[in-house]
Amino acid sequence: MAARPLAAVRRFFGRWGLIAALAALPVYYGISDLTHGYQAGYVAGHVVMHHDLSKLGFNFAVGLSNGAIWALIAIGYTLVYGIIELINFAHGDVFMIGSFSAVGLAATLGLGLTTGTLGLVGGLIVTLVITMLVTGSLNVLIERVAYRPLRSAPKLASLITAVGFSFILQNVGLLWRGGSPQSVPDLIHSQQTVFTIGGVPILRGYILAFAVMIPLVFALTWFINATRAGRAMRATAQDPEAARLMGINVNATISLTFLLGGMLAGAAGLVYALYETNIWYFQGFKAGLIAFTAAVMGGIGNVRGAVLGGLIIGVIQALSDSRLGPQWTEAVVFGYLIAIMVLRPRGLLGEETREAG
Amino acid sequence: MSELRAQLREWRAAVDKRLPPWSSRGLAIFFIVIGIVLPFGFGSSSAFMNATIIALAYAVMSLGLNIVVGFAGLLDLGYVAFYALGAYSLGWFGSGFFFKAQIHVLVSAVASTLPGVHLNFILILIAAALICAAAGTVIGLPTLRLRGDYIAIVTLAFGEIIGDVAVNGQSVPVGGGMTLTAGNLGISAVDSPYFPGIGSFGLLDLRPWYWLIFAILLVVLFVNLRLRDSRLGRAWIALREDEVAAVSMGIPLVKTKLLAYAIGAAFGGMSGAFFGTYYTEVNAGQFQFGFSIFILAMVIIGGLGSIWGAVAGGLALGYINNYLIPDVLNTIPAKLGFNFQLTEVEFGIFGFLLVIMMVLRPQGLIPERRRRLELTAEIGAEDAQLAEAPPLPGGVT
Repeated sequence: MAARPLAAVRRFFGRWGLIAALAALPVYYGISDLTHGYQAGYVAGHVVMHHDLSKLGFNFAVGLSNGAIWALIAIGYTLVYGIIELINFAHGDVFMIGSFSAVGLAATLGLGLTTGTLGLVGGLIVTLVITMLVTGSLNVLIERVAYRPLRSAPKLASLITAVGFSFILQNVGLLWRGGSPQSVPDLIHSQQTVFTIGGVPILRGYILAFAVMIPLVFALTWFINATRAGRAMRATAQDPEAARLMGINVNATISLTFLLGGMLAGAAGLVYALYETNIWYFQGFKAGLIAFTAAVMGGIGNVRGAVLGGLIIGVIQALSDSRLGPQWTEAVVFGYLIAIMVLRPRGLLGEETREAG
Repeated sequence: MSELRAQLREWRAAVDKRLPPWSSRGLAIFFIVIGIVLPFGFGSSSAFMNATIIALAYAVMSLGLNIVVGFAGLLDLGYVAFYALGAYSLGWFGSGFFFKAQIHVLVSAVASTLPGVHLNFILILIAAALICAAAGTVIGLPTLRLRGDYIAIVTLAFGEIIGDVAVNGQSVPVGGGMTLTAGNLGISAVDSPYFPGIGSFGLLDLRPWYWLIFAILLVVLFVNLRLRDSRLGRAWIALREDEVAAVSMGIPLVKTKLLAYAIGAAFGGMSGAFFGTYYTEVNAGQFQFGFSIFILAMVIIGGLGSIWGAVAGGLALGYINNYLIPDVLNTIPAKLGFNFQLTEVEFGIFGFLLVIMMVLRPQGLIPERRRRLELTAEIGAEDAQLAEAPPLPGGVT
């Protein structure tokens, strides 16, 4: 009899624990801003205290736009995990290569601070398309070389080659652009305010992030739900053996999945380079871990979940950056990752899986 | 190919049969003696000696990680946490870092006049092992319900959190104006090991350091060998092979898994404490994710679950990392006209080694027998048939 209430408690925490944990930070800081106020600057040597939610709103704006980048990367993790149950550790570094090649391409096309608006938009669209093709094919290549030969080996083997490829790509980046962060020309003037909502300035960088993310996510969802190849992907994710029996070319479908994931990572790389205006070879590692956390949070294997998780992680990061100090952000994000694993391993929108049951 | 293998197996069986029963023990003693006299063949502070000491310490870590990943099959990507905790145990209990305290236990005459906590190195080793075992248990707890990749991610997250705490520990007060760690400044001026009757170790003569880490390695190796053949060792392997079946056979899941984490962590902590005193400082910058992968690469390249493989992998990568790449091959890219040094891309080299190893020889250099059968199931079955099939009449093959 003792087991039943325990199971109920566990189910309760499974359902609400994660949501409570996620809501804790914004609610706490919101109340604290309203009651205690926050320093909004100095006037004539005196600290000006404000008692409103615009700082929280600012945190959310920064967080959501960063989260849009994480969402694009997280979709790559979630697609690959959904179809071959592999954490593609090299994915973050594919994103880094995306940033590097986007910056290189933009410079090759002659995009600079003096380029006119029309030329800039056209040039960036060309850069985006080529970058996506580069990272997409890089991801397909990695799958072909490192994961396909190990398809029948224990899963540990391909996880290790994934880590190996992550290091190889990092060193490619290191040799490409050196060991220290490099600044990138601020082509879109990303810190320029476009308009203000309720005291929260909306910057060009935020708009870029959403302008790239939303159409790509819609295109991807359409592709997965409405096309023949998308149906093949879903079938392979459900049961590779049965899909093969139904005449689906499983290897080609897996390659296609890696292509799509890599393309989104490339798009994220371009947005990141333009938004943050600096790039370095190690950016992919951290971004990869954050995006993976996002994918797990949303429920791995679920595209909508990855987007939701990316946005939430972005907000958590922004809150921690602004309130606790950026040096603790990483520890906070990983703390959330562990909390998710304990409270609800299948994530917010995910199904129960074999691994995380 | 399989004929060749069968032939080799036959020869090996014949050799095994002729050897006296004490041969394996004799071989062990022979290697131990070689290990003890080895430093006399090299300069007492040569680069090779330095690389050997580091390689032996890596082998200790590799043996520890092998228990978690190899025996129990729990992929741990945060092993650097135990390196950090072991090194900080040394920093905390073997230096003037906690300058308000005045605790001296069995330390040299010089150290006993200094402020801070100064314990004998053996006591620090034990403390490091205990702290890491406790931390290993804590890290293990959230992974109990998880499997496979999810364990890898949780351990990775813990490793990163411990690394962050090490870097930011400067701003974490522990009372009396003292902080938790010294961050990227590092805890310097740590005590070198001191033994009554021998004295303190100096940095000019590396031989005592060598014998110390060699002794630690022998102890850890002995514990590993006994564990592998114990009830606990068999329980780990059973859990690794099939968790559901193992649990239904009555293996206590929680206890067995947590013991794997705790014991594996303890060895990592001992090696970490040794590294702390050998490098004469404990710096938060040492504790990067790459280190976890480096140790994992040793276990993988040696052969998952194989004790001798873990030792071989630790020594091999230790020498490659600390002797071959920086001292022997470092200038080759420059000679070929490239504008970089080999040390810059060492993690790329390890990544490449990992990929090549996994694709070509997933069972490792010295594979564990059981694992080899599993990874090359068909070859294994074929060999088994060859080995066990009764000889055909008339010798017709």
